[in-house]
Amino acid sequence: MNTDAAGLGRARAVGFVLPALVLIGVFLVFPALWTIYLGLTDYRLTGLAAADPQLVGLDNYTTTLTDPRFLSSLWLTVVYVGGSAVLGQAGLGFTLAWLLRTRHGPLRRAVEGVVLLSWILPSTVVGFLWFALLDRDDGTLNALLRTPGMGWLLDYPLASIIVFNVWRGTAFSMMLYAAALENVPPSHLETARLAGASVPQQLRDVVLPLIRRHVLTNLLLISLWTFNDFTPFVLTGGGPEGRSEILPVYVYNIALKGGELGVGAAVSFLILLINLLFALAYLRLLRGRGRRRAAGRPPA
Amino acid sequence: MRLPSRPAVIAALAIVALCSCGPGAPAGREDVTLVIAANSISGGKNSESADWIKRWVIPGFEQTHHDVKVLFQPSGVDDEQYKTKIALDLKAKAGADIIDLDGIWVGEFAQAGYIKPLTDVGGPAVGSWEGWSQIPQAVQGLGVFDGKKYGLPQGTDGRVLFYNKTLFKKAGLPDPWQPTNWEDILTAGARLKAAGVPTPIQINAGTAMGEATTMQGVLPLLAAAGSEIYADGKWTGATRAMKDVLGFYQRLYTSGLSDPKLQQEAKGRDKSFTQFAAGKIGILAESDYFWRSVIEPKAGVAPMADRDSAVGFAEIPAKNPGGAIRGQDFASMSGGAVRVLNPFSKNPKLAWELLAFMHSAAATKAQLAGQARISSRGDVNSEVLTADPMLKYIADKVLPITAYRPGLAVYPQVSVALQEATAAIVSGKSPDEAAATYQTKLESLVGGADHVVG
Repeated sequence: MNTDAAGLGRARAVGFVLPALVLIGVFLVFPALWTIYLGLTDYRLTGLAAADPQLVGLDNYTTTLTDPRFLSSLWLTVVYVGGSAVLGQAGLGFTLAWLLRTRHGPLRRAVEGVVLLSWILPSTVVGFLWFALLDRDDGTLNALLRTPGMGWLLDYPLASIIVFNVWRGTAFSMMLYAAALENVPPSHLETARLAGASVPQQLRDVVLPLIRRHVLTNLLLISLWTFNDFTPFVLTGGGPEGRSEILPVYVYNIALKGGELGVGAAVSFLILLINLLFALAYLRLLRGRGRRRAAGRPPA
Repeated sequence: MRLPSRPAVIAALAIVALCSCGPGAPAGREDVTLVIAANSISGGKNSESADWIKRWVIPGFEQTHHDVKVLFQPSGVDDEQYKTKIALDLKAKAGADIIDLDGIWVGEFAQAGYIKPLTDVGGPAVGSWEGWSQIPQAVQGLGVFDGKKYGLPQGTDGRVLFYNKTLFKKAGLPDPWQPTNWEDILTAGARLKAAGVPTPIQINAGTAMGEATTMQGVLPLLAAAGSEIYADGKWTGATRAMKDVLGFYQRLYTSGLSDPKLQQEAKGRDKSFTQFAAGKIGILAESDYFWRSVIEPKAGVAPMADRDSAVGFAEIPAKNPGGAIRGQDFASMSGGAVRVLNPFSKNPKLAWELLAFMHSAAATKAQLAGQARISSRGDVNSEVLTADPMLKYIADKVLPITAYRPGLAVYPQVSVALQEATAAIVSGKSPDEAAATYQTKLESLVGGADHVVG
């Protein structure tokens, strides 16, 4: 069988791919390997260890994995991803898409416009808007609720950044689900309704099986984005006393504020591993679905 | 599989395009540009210093050097963020030619090879500069590491207790007020509280305030309790004096005299300034920076129009009279910023000329026209000392009893450990617990229990 569909020949094919491979090598593979190397040293931002870093083996990893601050940061990140991405953005995004699917005209456009707006504004701008909303002294929310002196970012730091991120990122899920719902044939829903299925039953038995792959892809993307999200730093800086210090903020505080670049690199590598695990799990789920469906179908 | 490679191709094209238009023109003498970086910005942090650079230094230098263009690179952020930015600049062998640094960073920057002794960069002209004879040894020490001069000091400062006279009158407290022990401070705080002042006392705590917690709070109090953070080659661990300091913090933050939440806010220090200016804080521990740059009636960040009549200042008292370091009745801490030359500067000799110009008597005087501060130059100080009551107070009363931070590279990490100890107190831990945690952390930082007292 001829696999050279483009008729380029091996040499020219390599020539075409090479620039891309070089770029990936220089900007992706090399930094990743460099991070692994740095994670094994006591490299610092300033001081003697900045000029002459020493190899310290796995010290950075053992100290990090036994550091209660890292473990609490990991847990905060899990709650943050679960609360704001999986439950918040995906849930709210789907709800909005479902409610708006039969609507057209100004209402739909208005809702989509507002949701999109929060997504396309620059993070720093949004961060300061929310800071002004939640501020303890002159915050808008306190003025609206008549609760002067309520420190939302201090008393409920994690809940605050979760709500913030739901507000910020719902647009993506909403659009993806809206597109997915277009693929659900109205006749299927019609039939289900005629057979007496309630809305939850329709969702479970008709809609969900048809958009399962969209759901999984969406969850993969938003949980990875949220896992690596640095924007909450603008709101709380990881405080008070680390109660909203999710992993990306933890790395920043350790590596740049504290100057421990070696430890920071080690933590970054751990985050990379966690991200890979996430991605592999989702991909497995996706592939499993696809194969089963392909196997169940009669040959076309 | 065609799609994913397209962004890569675009990126490749972009890179090719970028490379083809790099700095090509050979830099002639008329193209020389010098850049000054400082953590000051017009209308914001250290506004008067930014204005001085833009309105006096740059025109003045360009007048005598027609072929040189001087640019100012302002910042207006927390000191820790500024430090990170500068460290990254220098790590990349880039950055401004003349850089403002806190004197306490000189050690770690020098050890990292980010800065070099002034003579190594600026050449022999450095040694023969007329200004050296005007700068007292203690002040020169701000820019010295391992016996070598890395930077020119800009001046020095001292820490005192500022108090709001209007609130004091309301609470029936005397003016002038000078506490003679820590109980006096707490008593005044209780009186202010009873008179309805929301936050009677603000002494910085917690990690969010960074070095301001250590320098405005822990270290002056530690000196007032009779101990220095580093003495005779050893660091102070969980000693009696340290526990006294943490115990004082506990009394402030558990009795409603101070606001624990303010210490945890991301912008807590800036807010404490605003609250003092708005008459919501009675007593605040700060350096004279607070007087000249924060509540300064015109250019301050939190201006008080009636500063001169409404704000008083008192020395920080020993825990008990005679109990401060060297048996003093009062204590303080001093520091100060320096300006260094970037060793990677393309025009190091010219950069030194500019640096020397910025520290000339005329330049120092011009800078002092906009604010009251103790400059590094004796000849200028003797002329302007009498101009401002606060300046005179610091020079006469505070500088003789003050202490300096150790110029060691590990100090900033010790400082963070101290901040964490106060943060533990603010969030409800006992002084003994906080001190024990601090001791453990300190030992791991400075290389074992042998280097720690306590």
